[in-house]
Amino acid sequence: MMSKKTIASLAAFALAVYAVVPLAIAASGRLDFYYTLTSVALLSIASAGVWLTFYIGRINIGQGAYALMGGYASALLVTQLGLGFWWTLPLAGAFCALVAVLIGLPILRLRGVYFAMVTLVLTEVTRLTALALPFTNGAKGITSIPLPGALTILGITVIPDFSTLENPKLAFYFMAVTMMMLAYALVWRIVNSRLGHLCRSLQQNEELASSIGVNTAYLRVLAYAISSFMGGIAGASFVAISQSLYPSSFQVADSVNFMLNCFLGGLGYVFGPMLGTLLLYFGWDLLFATGRFQLLIYSSLMIVLMLVLPNGVLSLLERKGARA
Amino acid sequence: MSNILEVREVSKRFGGLTAVNKVSFNVKQGEILSVIGPNGAGKSTLFKLISSFLPTSSGEVWFKGERINNLAPHVVARKGVVRTFQETTIFRSMTVRENIIVAHHLRSRASLLGFFLGSRLAAEDEASFAASADGIVDFLGLGAIRNELASNLPQGHLRALGMAIGLATQPAVLLLDEPFAGMNHDETMQMVRLVKRLRDERGVTVLLVEHDMPAVMKISDRIVVINFGEKIAEGTPSEIQNNAKVIEAYLGSEDAAIGM
Repeated sequence: MMSKKTIASLAAFALAVYAVVPLAIAASGRLDFYYTLTSVALLSIASAGVWLTFYIGRINIGQGAYALMGGYASALLVTQLGLGFWWTLPLAGAFCALVAVLIGLPILRLRGVYFAMVTLVLTEVTRLTALALPFTNGAKGITSIPLPGALTILGITVIPDFSTLENPKLAFYFMAVTMMMLAYALVWRIVNSRLGHLCRSLQQNEELASSIGVNTAYLRVLAYAISSFMGGIAGASFVAISQSLYPSSFQVADSVNFMLNCFLGGLGYVFGPMLGTLLLYFGWDLLFATGRFQLLIYSSLMIVLMLVLPNGVLSLLERKGARA
Repeated sequence: MSNILEVREVSKRFGGLTAVNKVSFNVKQGEILSVIGPNGAGKSTLFKLISSFLPTSSGEVWFKGERINNLAPHVVARKGVVRTFQETTIFRSMTVRENIIVAHHLRSRASLLGFFLGSRLAAEDEASFAASADGIVDFLGLGAIRNELASNLPQGHLRALGMAIGLATQPAVLLLDEPFAGMNHDETMQMVRLVKRLRDERGVTVLLVEHDMPAVMKISDRIVVINFGEKIAEGTPSEIQNNAKVIEAYLGSEDAAIGM
């Protein structure tokens, strides 16, 4: 059950993302921050998925594959079948979850670096598949995807048509942070329920977990499917914002970044990947001014951070707490 | 007493090597049966075959009228045959109590979705797991360390925790993998008493694999001896002590002198 402290921090967080941030952006006039923060929110959803696979003891460098699959699923459903974006969003997630079950059944038997390598290859295979399939339009990709239309349920317009809005950027921002909060609420609930305890047992010792009757194969596939669902809806949302999609939209580098977000924030903390995504995204942007040294400084900083804070940035809180 | 577990002509071949060769024996309800043998005799392999952590090459293992070999390990555990591991196999970054609570998985009445949604059945389950875990903690005398992180425990406590994890599943048969390995005399005697209490107070049938002879002689109702993958003797401790084949198998290794 949620404690008062949890509810208070949740309310403070909601206030910050729904009111303080938009007001601050409006006051500063830096409207480009909407796009930046929307990206951070969506990327952090995909990262939360990766974090969940870490939670069952698997290093997942393949989330880019599911972001791409989710993107194509949504884009094709919208452009080919004329489905509304809001309906394609859960469908894209479900499609990714289904693919994850099929792929996961064989590959989740692998552990450690072997699983990591296969997932890395998966990202590249997905990109090549998108290039080769007859209906994905190859390297030219899918462009001119319409903005999300209105979502009407039982005659009531729940979400207005984005193209009629004065400021679709703000709408996308609200959509992304709402999805992010839902995604993290989902992960938080999983981690704090018996499902999460079983995932931890799996992470720490699979043989012992099966000896106490845990169906390890089922649990692994379940966690991986939820993880991929998140990758899928993040990818689909990105496509709706950029209104275009190419096989190169999500690549190996993106998959690696999703994983790094988890490391940076802290694998032991549900909200680690959210903070990690924010730091990594802004860190990279801030270093833009350093020109050709950008990557060098960025990667050096990452190495130092991992050496100094192997348990992620959020472990700082715990140190402080231990001293106090 | 009826047979609860039947091992029928079980064999295991790794390539050309036969690690276990047509071994048969029965475990009776409520007894403590030990499988012993010199190093490399195939004890560990046999243990894994019975708990289905390895598939058999031929032969069958039956539990209460059901074949249980070559099933997924979690299915065997669900039926009531649960194994323990040697020392370090615990959930390291959980506390002692958390280790035991999570091991109650088999007794969940709520589904995973129920736990996720926080259903009433799930809440009842959690409460009963916690109560049962505290009972096991007391039974094994782990009260003082119940909130210790498992990774910080000394070896003796780790072994007890491993047993606690096995007990939490409420097994009909508990398979103990070398419960006395690496223990000194006092620790061994404590463990002997504990295993007996397990059977006497909790009604668990115990099958253990071990090479600590004195402990095995003290603890067992019956003993099965294997050597080079084959059963060479079966009987009560006193029968085994005087069995010529067994003495021969152990000749040459002084520390294995029988019946101290």
